[in-house]
Amino acid sequence: MTSTEKNRENFEIIKKEKERWTDEIVKKSLEKVPERKRVFKNLSNIKINSLYTPEDIKDLNYIKDLGFPGEYPYTRAAQPTSYRARFWTMRQFAGLGNAKETNKRFKYLIANGQTGLSVAFHLPTIYGYESSSPMSAGEVGKEGVAIDSLADMEQLFDGIDLSKISTSMTINAPASILLCMYLAVGEKQGVPMNKLTGTIQNDILKEYQAQKSYIFPPEPSMRLIVDTIEFCTKNVPKWNTISISGYHIREAGSTAVQELAFTLANGLAYVEAGIERGLNIDDFAPRLSHFFNAHNNFFEEIAKYRAARRIWAKHLREDYGAKDPKSWRLRFHTQTAGVSLTAKEPYNNIIRVTLQALAAVLGGTQSLHSNSFDEALALPSEDAVRIALRTQQIIAEESGVADVIDPLGGSYYVEALTNKMEEECENYFTKIKEMGKGSILKGSIIGVKNNFYQREIANASYQFQRELEAKEQIQVGVNKYKFEGKTIEPPELIKISDEVSNEQIESLNNVKAQRDEALAQKSLEKIKEIAQGTENLIPYILTAVKAYCSVGEIIDVFRKVFEVYREESIF
Amino acid sequence: MGKNIRCIVAKPGLDGHDRGAKVISRGLRDAGLEIIYTGLHQTPDDIVESVVQEDPDVLLLSILSGAHTVLFPEIMKKFKEEGIDDVLVLGGGIIPDEDIVKMKEVGISEIFGPGTKIQEIVDYIKGHLKR
Repeated sequence: MTSTEKNRENFEIIKKEKERWTDEIVKKSLEKVPERKRVFKNLSNIKINSLYTPEDIKDLNYIKDLGFPGEYPYTRAAQPTSYRARFWTMRQFAGLGNAKETNKRFKYLIANGQTGLSVAFHLPTIYGYESSSPMSAGEVGKEGVAIDSLADMEQLFDGIDLSKISTSMTINAPASILLCMYLAVGEKQGVPMNKLTGTIQNDILKEYQAQKSYIFPPEPSMRLIVDTIEFCTKNVPKWNTISISGYHIREAGSTAVQELAFTLANGLAYVEAGIERGLNIDDFAPRLSHFFNAHNNFFEEIAKYRAARRIWAKHLREDYGAKDPKSWRLRFHTQTAGVSLTAKEPYNNIIRVTLQALAAVLGGTQSLHSNSFDEALALPSEDAVRIALRTQQIIAEESGVADVIDPLGGSYYVEALTNKMEEECENYFTKIKEMGKGSILKGSIIGVKNNFYQREIANASYQFQRELEAKEQIQVGVNKYKFEGKTIEPPELIKISDEVSNEQIESLNNVKAQRDEALAQKSLEKIKEIAQGTENLIPYILTAVKAYCSVGEIIDVFRKVFEVYREESIF
Repeated sequence: MGKNIRCIVAKPGLDGHDRGAKVISRGLRDAGLEIIYTGLHQTPDDIVESVVQEDPDVLLLSILSGAHTVLFPEIMKKFKEEGIDDVLVLGGGIIPDEDIVKMKEVGISEIFGPGTKIQEIVDYIKGHLKR
């Protein structure tokens, strides 16, 4: 008997035994105590069985489908040694008030063991408005740090050696401008651009689909992204040029499968856009990174990360012909799910975050932000953010989960679920490709314009809300186990005063009064001229930011040339 | 016969967190209310203009960025200037407790935070219409 035949016989025995167990043992037990739910399903509406056995993964080929850590198809881990060599980067997203206040927060986080920086910009920067614009009323410094010009960026990184720490910047439509400001700060510190490490989010497709901080129509937005990729490939080789993000898609209410599928499809769209520009895939694909959510359903999340690595590797190698293993390897950052936090009994959020962070670690994340428990109420206080960071440190240093690579690999359930996530993701790829007549890039843009993504996400989020109200989904302390007494409330909540706005406007006016005005205007004129053509814009943006042109001024030039995008609002 | 209740759901300010606004819009519509959703990035002027043009019974404002401290009072000030006093105005999003008092002082009737059931909002609207 060959080993394959032996295996087959083995599966037959397991199948028979399972039927026997179901009919005799389980049936009896259910007659006494029925199951808690009629159907068990996860947050992607995937039906979950009561038990998984080798039969559920009988087609799994270890070498082909799982392989070894750091090798194709990377299902088990992106790195060969995973956390046995180095823990993931502990990177808390931070930005509040002005640059000076955020610099203080950065230093507090570094002093407490944080290993990477992550900048949250306020909304006016994200939308390319100066703090003095009427559109910025009420928003300055509220949801992130107010950055108008290079002067603010210099203050933001004051006393932080950019050769020693990597920085992630959550910025999309104006990503090229903020990258240039970072390069300029590096230069002033004596760190050349080829030594700088970090990430810009720079992922516009998910903005149209979910987070909505787009400014221009998709086509010129894609040009800015590819300009950035092209420039960094040549000049800033250690920079991650896009952080292809599912986080916001999930926060907008998608399922885990939609998060996985839309994110990876967006990633493939950027790959196609780079190839279309004439770039060699292996020159730029290794610097594409990903960003996922860590939500409540523990195993679903773990399966999602494992599936993501395998899907990306397969498509990059098989469909796009990448040769460099670094192009196949998906690396990702994770943030725990803000949307899962509750304003009621806020301390319960610490436990939610712990479970979500643990899922991210068991799924092999390269970097992690754990939310602070007070974030359903306000920006995180110092104490709250320290507890969030400590959560990661406790998982890393005390739990032992980081000592074995992909410890859940081989679990019948996790492998079966990983396969299922992959299958459903591929179904979405097929739909997107159909919309684009074979091109994921075209399909993505068409899907944005005809509201395909927006509708899919809105439907999923409404279904979740209905399930929540029907108590088919439980939020402890909210729709079950409600506590009527007085709960422990956070001792302090951060409150950004409206004074920050006046100070920021004054500081921007000072910068403008002191700069070489002719040089600033000339560099803006030049950007306009280049934007109208096809030459790479980045060198000209760099010149303009060094002349202390503001984000708002540069975006205003682009608004005139590229025009602004308006979406039809559906719900 | 019940009167048709007309609502505008608006997103003032720059924040793009529209999951709540969309879920509420759909939930209210499924409860039989008429919904006009303005979409994102509405200035106080835009919102007041929509109210003047559409003449709704209810205006629901959703904001999660913290800009409510400036934008909600601004909208209510413009309501006064326009002489609009029979529209029920509700707020939702991340609004700290201490701000809720201030928002009510400027004329927002109620604030619904995270965890609110759609039915609670429907019941509130039906019990507090101003016309």
